[in-house]
Amino acid sequence: MSGIIGRKIGMTSVYGADGRNVACTVIEAGPCVITQVKNEETDGYNAVQLAYGERKEKRTPQALLGHFKKADTTPKSKVVEFRDFRLEFEGGIELGKEVSVQDVFEEGDFLDVKGVSKGKGFQGVVKRHGFGGVGQATHGQHNRLRAPGSIGAASYPARVFKGMKMAGQTGNKSVKVTNLKVMKILADENLILVSGSVPGAKNSYLILEK
Amino acid sequence: MSELIIKKVEELVNADAKQHPDFKSGDTVNVHVRISEGGKERIQQFQGTVIQRKGKGTNGETFTVRKVSNGIGIERIFPFLSPNLDKIEVLKRGKVRRAKLYYLRGRQGKSARIKEKI
Repeated sequence: MSGIIGRKIGMTSVYGADGRNVACTVIEAGPCVITQVKNEETDGYNAVQLAYGERKEKRTPQALLGHFKKADTTPKSKVVEFRDFRLEFEGGIELGKEVSVQDVFEEGDFLDVKGVSKGKGFQGVVKRHGFGGVGQATHGQHNRLRAPGSIGAASYPARVFKGMKMAGQTGNKSVKVTNLKVMKILADENLILVSGSVPGAKNSYLILEK
Repeated sequence: MSELIIKKVEELVNADAKQHPDFKSGDTVNVHVRISEGGKERIQQFQGTVIQRKGKGTNGETFTVRKVSNGIGIERIFPFLSPNLDKIEVLKRGKVRRAKLYYLRGRQGKSARIKEKI
């Protein structure tokens, strides 16, 4: 699996080759720096660690400063490990090498995008799970409009089953959307346009995987 | 910041889009549309009055052309930047007082005419 780290910019639309107008998300992807190369002998598995985004030196812990210094780069804000990173590079995968979006993806490729969805706070079942609420609004109904209804039977099983859909924290969790198409790559601006929407707010970090 | 980047992206994406002449609602246009059927491509023409243009300045701009065929009003919506639009010919410039000519829908015959701009 190869990939790259990016930042969500926003959405627009693009006309495909067949003349259809496709909604797509603009992502600033890379350039990332290879900060660590793991291999079978020393670490037990093959992986490549990429770093993306600038970070103030005085806001970086000493341990991380040393880690970035090893790769001969400035401190970065987001570090992600990609297992079994496949990339045909000139000179192969090397510490300190820069990875750009056009090294990993081509137009027409399909990719997965991982991000942290927008947080909605503690929400009821109507918003969180799409429940319909209970009954009618009139005919003496009171207080039950957005209620979950029954959550189980009585003396048997005498408990509430695990995983019962209830109210709780909504959003602000890791979400992956799969099979998005690369509509366009603007290499000069480090931008990539993928079809459809991706999780998270503007400027939030995204992990693009192939 | 991100709005600026998106503006730039839209400019870059539409850089090789076809240039069409400027027209407004009220104008009579002849739209040449590329249609592919069963692997073959042909061009279909649609001639009528522009009754609206929507979403100007965005990627999704559309315009609606209305014509009356055999007594039945037909409206077709075209995406302005679509690569399937081969050509737009402006045949007549109309003199109208509003941007959306929805009032044409309820009219026929003499009252549905639009004065020509000279």
